[in-house]
Amino acid sequence: MTSFDSQASADPVLSVQDLTVQFPSDDGLVQAVRGVTYQLGRGEVLGVVGESGSGKSVTSLAIMGLLPRTARVEGAITFKGQDLLKLSEKELTRVRGSGIAMVFQDPMTSLNPVYPVGDQIAEAITAHHDVRRDVARKQAVELLDLVRIPNPQQRATEYPHQLSGGMRQRVVIAIAIANRPEVIIADEPTTALDVTVQAQVLDALQAAKRETGAAMMLITHDLGVIAGQADRVQVMYAGKVVEAGTVDDIFYTPRMPYTLGLLGSLPRLDMKTDRLTPIAGSPPSVVNMPPGCPFSPRCPMSQDVCDQEEPALEPTTDGLHTAACHFSDQLAGREPTDLFNPTSIDSVDAVAGAAGAAAPSAVTRGENSE
Amino acid sequence: MPEPSTTETTATAQLADSSPREQVEREFTVAERGQFQLVFRRFLQHRLAVASMIVLLLIVLLAYVGAWLWKYSPEDITPDNSQPPSLAHPFGTDAVGKDMLAQVLRGTQISLQISVLVAIFSTVVGTIWGAVAGYYRGWSDTVLMRIADLVLTLPLLAVAAVLGHNAGGSWWLIAVVIAGLYWAYVSRVARGVVLSLREKEFIEAARALGARDGRIIFRHLVPNALGSVIVNATILVSIAILLETALSFLGFGVRPPDTSLGLLVSSAQTALDTRPWLFYFPGLFIILIALTINFIGDGLRDAFDPQQTKVRA
Amino acid sequence: MLAFALRRLLVSVPILILSTFVVFLMVSLSANPLSGLLTRNPPPPPQTIANEAHRLRLDQPLMERYWHWITGIFHGDFGPSVQSNMDIGSEVISRFGVTFRLIFLAMIIALVLAIVVGAVSAVKQYSKLDYTATFFGFLFLSMPAFWLAVLLKQAGISINNNVGSQVFYTIGSGSIYVTGGFWAHVSDVLGHMILPTISLALISYASWSRFQRGSMLEVLNSDYVRLARAKGLSRGVVMRRHALRNALIPLVTVTALDLASIISGAVVTERVFQWQGAGTFLLDAISASDVYAVLAWLLISATFVIVFNLVADLLYGVLDPRIRHA
Repeated sequence: MTSFDSQASADPVLSVQDLTVQFPSDDGLVQAVRGVTYQLGRGEVLGVVGESGSGKSVTSLAIMGLLPRTARVEGAITFKGQDLLKLSEKELTRVRGSGIAMVFQDPMTSLNPVYPVGDQIAEAITAHHDVRRDVARKQAVELLDLVRIPNPQQRATEYPHQLSGGMRQRVVIAIAIANRPEVIIADEPTTALDVTVQAQVLDALQAAKRETGAAMMLITHDLGVIAGQADRVQVMYAGKVVEAGTVDDIFYTPRMPYTLGLLGSLPRLDMKTDRLTPIAGSPPSVVNMPPGCPFSPRCPMSQDVCDQEEPALEPTTDGLHTAACHFSDQLAGREPTDLFNPTSIDSVDAVAGAAGAAAPSAVTRGENSE
Repeated sequence: MPEPSTTETTATAQLADSSPREQVEREFTVAERGQFQLVFRRFLQHRLAVASMIVLLLIVLLAYVGAWLWKYSPEDITPDNSQPPSLAHPFGTDAVGKDMLAQVLRGTQISLQISVLVAIFSTVVGTIWGAVAGYYRGWSDTVLMRIADLVLTLPLLAVAAVLGHNAGGSWWLIAVVIAGLYWAYVSRVARGVVLSLREKEFIEAARALGARDGRIIFRHLVPNALGSVIVNATILVSIAILLETALSFLGFGVRPPDTSLGLLVSSAQTALDTRPWLFYFPGLFIILIALTINFIGDGLRDAFDPQQTKVRA
Repeated sequence: MLAFALRRLLVSVPILILSTFVVFLMVSLSANPLSGLLTRNPPPPPQTIANEAHRLRLDQPLMERYWHWITGIFHGDFGPSVQSNMDIGSEVISRFGVTFRLIFLAMIIALVLAIVVGAVSAVKQYSKLDYTATFFGFLFLSMPAFWLAVLLKQAGISINNNVGSQVFYTIGSGSIYVTGGFWAHVSDVLGHMILPTISLALISYASWSRFQRGSMLEVLNSDYVRLARAKGLSRGVVMRRHALRNALIPLVTVTALDLASIISGAVVTERVFQWQGAGTFLLDAISASDVYAVLAWLLISATFVIVFNLVADLLYGVLDPRIRHA
């Protein structure tokens, strides 16, 4: 992890400006991403945290241009001086896999079952460089070695179903770095894996980053992974960034109740209490959103202004640590237990109270995300 | 306690605090109640399927009620021979003078009766056959399915023709003949469904409660396989009608004095350019029935198992 | 895996033998080969009937007849036909030869059409093209093969009449007198094949294209196709190398499974177009209550289907490495 003292905007490798993504659906217009702006600095690891439905994956798919055709995208995504949203499909294929690469969530289904893994890596190379197949295959073996797959020569000739989940994910990482990209987007790379395997995959990601010097967007809902890997963190909720800052900022001085709640839900060895403080209720539906802060129904600090006006992302302690809350200064030095009830999630009150507020949204959320 | 609406959570959720006997009862009283309403609503969204259902209903009404009300019966010989469609004879008449509308309606009755009978019988036999094979696996699976496979290696029209040739010509015998072959299709589908279901947790939960095999098959597997089974049974009706009319066309199916749409087409073969109404009306009825049933089956398939394109957050 | 294959084989053999017996029983009991003779007017003398009964082995008990038949097959003797001068074996095989070319051509046409239409429908889902293709797919799926065949035959005749020459052959599988060399002969055969092949192909195409569309849609929404695009591969390469390649695999099995019903379709088509193929052979045999001819037909067609299915299984293993290593 490189230390970071200047704002990434000095020379960002990737810049997202006011990105909005909408999907028409039977229930109305789903606003998956509602005006997201951020930058990714060279060589830095940006952790993106959020629940399902927060828009974190849709953002990354928008960068790669892999959204379904029905999606309506607005805003700008600048990479190497070009707005990716304005590029033609043909121009985009040149960026994908070589300038910006992606690692997906489910290693069991990410690889094509009918081709050997070595060929699939080599394919990524020959797509962007004019090399002979056998040369590309040799490079593929080297890449397998780089992501710490034992016996790479043998493995390259094997099919995906002959490899374990962790190994398959490392193959996907090898494919991602095959062309030395400047940005690697890892969308929940360890979510589908066992904890012991997670460590191996994260190791491989680190090796990948070291080898290529690429910047990385690490999207996950696992705060533990963020704590170990990221330089800066961005918390997303209901399609917007609600807090952003360095890892230390977010973990030690969170300034948005949602972030506080997330930290409270995470079991830690240095916890002062012996019960977790979950956030009651579920994320709101992103169709036909009411005015005001989307977290308001679940927020213990919610006041009238919270239901009327959606807070903007504003600097808090310093310009680099921003939070979207009307009362962010009140959160200085607070613990999760100060705000949230340390109750168990399956008690009648917790569920009934939140269910009343969030029930209809829970159903639609289920159908429109994940 | 809020009422759980998904079946998966029921078995375990309700185990918490009840006496053993109650436990067993609870496990089985969780209804897929909500599910049928959901399916019904989804089906109604399928405009084509709903329209087809209406058309099919009209055809059935026409075939039975309409035929009963119509002034001519299929055996009546009128003095108008070989008349093209007119107000008196909306479907025209044949060479002997019989009213074609009456004939077509009678043929429709018979073809529908046969197909529905075939669908019901094949579905019941085939589902049980396939469910037992899929549930027990091992030797019984291999034996049962090899038998089904061998039935399916034979062109069923050929076998039906062989059997139908000597079955007389009464329509229900033909139905038995066809059903005696089609169960094999259903058994394959049922086996596939059961194979995928038996590994699911709620089966293990039932077994852990001590439910015996028969109970598991009938109270758990079959209801959950119902979706696939119903869809297949529907498609089976349309396939059966096509087979029966083909058999009758060749002369090995329904024979006089009964009539069938296939038989009508067969007699109209040579008259196609001079008296096309003898050929088109029966054919169009077959197509219409099979088409509406296919659309309904398609709608049912979507209603039971909607395909949603995934959008990740 | 080996245990599974072995078990399948072990069970197959006795079931195969049992099924030949069941089929023999079913056919023998369903028809009386003497019925042709018995319904003749004036009725033939009792001695003739007795002789014929003996020739047709009707004086032997059922089990003996079965044994006689099944052992005879191993040296090419398929049993006595009602037509005393016909050798069932050679006749049925040559007739199947005629039918096979109809079936093969129809299957190839149906397959190619189904793959193309299915793939395009999936790629352009919900477009006008998709809806049109779907409509026609459903239409042909609901259309009786015999009705379509008669319709096409009539269309061929009227076109011939309007044009004034024989563009389409509507009767038989080949002309009796063909002058000219090899190519004239080929064009004559093909000319006779057009209408029956179209008739047979359209119905298989309908069900396969629906299936292919579904298979293709599933593949297009898969994670590995998404990864292929994320690699920066062009749309065309993704479509060919990743999408289509995987979507075709299940079609192999479906095609093999449908073979029996295609044979049924061929029977009907041959009757309408009056081909002297296996189809009309069967129909004539049934009408004549020619038990041994029917049995021979069933045996040959079942063998054909089983062999074809084995080939399809092997092909599946070639195409899908997961099966190979399972």
